[in-house]
Amino acid sequence: MDTLSKNSKRKNFYAIGFDILLIIILAACIIIALCVGKYPTTPKECVEVLYCEIFGKVGSYSKMTRNVIMGLRIPRVVSSVLCGMMLAMSGVTYQGIFKNPLVSPDFLGVSSGACIGAAVAILLGFSGLALSGFAFAGGILAVLLTVSIPAIMRSDSNIMLVLSGVIVGGAMSSILGFLKYVADPETELAAITYWTMGSFSYVTFDEIKSVILAMVIPAVILMAISWWIDILSMGESEAKTLGANIVVIRNVAIACATLMTAASVCISGTIGWIGLVIPHFARMIVGPNNTKLIPAAGLMGGIFLLIVDTVTRTISISEMPVSILTGLIGAPFYAILLYRQRKTLS
Amino acid sequence: MIVEAKNINFAYTKNGRQILNDVSLSLKEGEVMSILGPNGAGKSTLLNLIATLLTPDSGEILLCGKDTKKMKPKEVASILSYVPQTHTPAFSYTVFNFVLMGRAPKVGMFEKPKAEDFKLVEQVLEEVGIAKLADKPYTEISGGERQQATIARALVQEPKAILFDEPTAHLDFGNQIKTLRTIKHLSEKGYAVIMTTHNPDHAIMLGGTTAILDKKGKLTVGPAEEIITESTLKSVYDTKLKLSYFDEAGRLVCIPPNL
Repeated sequence: MDTLSKNSKRKNFYAIGFDILLIIILAACIIIALCVGKYPTTPKECVEVLYCEIFGKVGSYSKMTRNVIMGLRIPRVVSSVLCGMMLAMSGVTYQGIFKNPLVSPDFLGVSSGACIGAAVAILLGFSGLALSGFAFAGGILAVLLTVSIPAIMRSDSNIMLVLSGVIVGGAMSSILGFLKYVADPETELAAITYWTMGSFSYVTFDEIKSVILAMVIPAVILMAISWWIDILSMGESEAKTLGANIVVIRNVAIACATLMTAASVCISGTIGWIGLVIPHFARMIVGPNNTKLIPAAGLMGGIFLLIVDTVTRTISISEMPVSILTGLIGAPFYAILLYRQRKTLS
Repeated sequence: MIVEAKNINFAYTKNGRQILNDVSLSLKEGEVMSILGPNGAGKSTLLNLIATLLTPDSGEILLCGKDTKKMKPKEVASILSYVPQTHTPAFSYTVFNFVLMGRAPKVGMFEKPKAEDFKLVEQVLEEVGIAKLADKPYTEISGGERQQATIARALVQEPKAILFDEPTAHLDFGNQIKTLRTIKHLSEKGYAVIMTTHNPDHAIMLGGTTAILDKKGKLTVGPAEEIITESTLKSVYDTKLKLSYFDEAGRLVCIPPNL
């Protein structure tokens, strides 16, 4: 018996150690990302700027260096890390709740709803914070629509929710098609298309501030109920016989994951693949327990999206949308993961 | 009484077939009940009603004297464990973590299992004899081992009653007998046990109470030796079955005719 409890303790130790390792990698990636670009700085300068800005000291660096790091790169780096974390964590949650490892955060319609919100905002001539607000509202409304269909049909089964996600998603893509059709092809259409492929080029500190609570609070709640997500992933009736209040836990989890996805989509545009691939990859390393999986996947998602964004802004002169690269990396990577798990997926 | 069902009526759809027709049963501490019945009679439906997964159209189900309609899922789960037919979950939790889920009724919504929960799981894994499987993924163990892990999970719930839905289905002969022994042992330890089965021999071996659910939704309950007769078996399975005493087994055996 003692060996057993030692085993599980050792495993927890490994999981925490792994998280710490990920945090160190993330920190290193952040420093590198802050240094590279059209105006390169040295890591030493970069750390000095951060130190002096945080503690209000005066450093020996040039004003230009400060502006590039604090004004341009920090908002980008922070937003790409946050969005990567949110997408991966909500992907883990959706996969657990729907006990389906093939589900991604946008399948209840968050992303397509956000796209419509953003498209409407663009057609109305809004940009910046107002556009983010429209996108956020669009994402949330789409999910409310998705979850209200099973409620109207008086069914609380998961499959109903999944199918109504398909219904809403289909309707949304038609509406988005219509909005693109009526948009001015020179300006508006280009803006909509660019937005739907995701980018961090225009993210400002104000935008990050406006969504940060919608990211942090749901993330904390998800961590708190993570063990119950394990229970829900056993299936509805089994979870109920284990004493789970499935309706409350599922609704709280979906609400949190939806807020997190909407918050990240509304500042960056839709970014595919992260919410699907990162949870798989993390599960392969730390196992299926959501208590370990959610933080690990979050950190990996942050690292992954930061690297992708840094690459997209450095490899070419004109910036590429992020989704192009996440798809190019994500799709084959996902194929490899599936190949490795083909026996257990049955 | 630990489990009590009074005058249960149930149909899946409004004008559909009456699955359960004025069904009543009750179970005390240490009592074991086997439910026999033809395919589709509604044995599992009855278990699901007792486990509050379904709600009866009329009648009431009491657990330890309390109406289940007024009980929260957690209260139900701390009296009643349900051992479903084994299946493959979507994610490969280790046997340890799978069994740990049985502690759910005692864990708050924003909490996680604590050290004493881990201890209890270790203890039960030893008792059930699957301690060495603790770190194996649940998805990679055999059907018999999964059955044992599910029983272990039912035990860490610390219930008063355990429901088994066809516990011997999909198991080889040895594992069937092993499961029946475990069930008998559990009832001797004081758990009230209900199981559904397709095999009259299993009901005979377990003894205790037998209930027969027919296609009209009527449940006949009584001591195993009184309920299981050649004429009742004929009406349940629509096949002539021979019951005869087999000295070496020391019990009645149910023998189907030659093809």
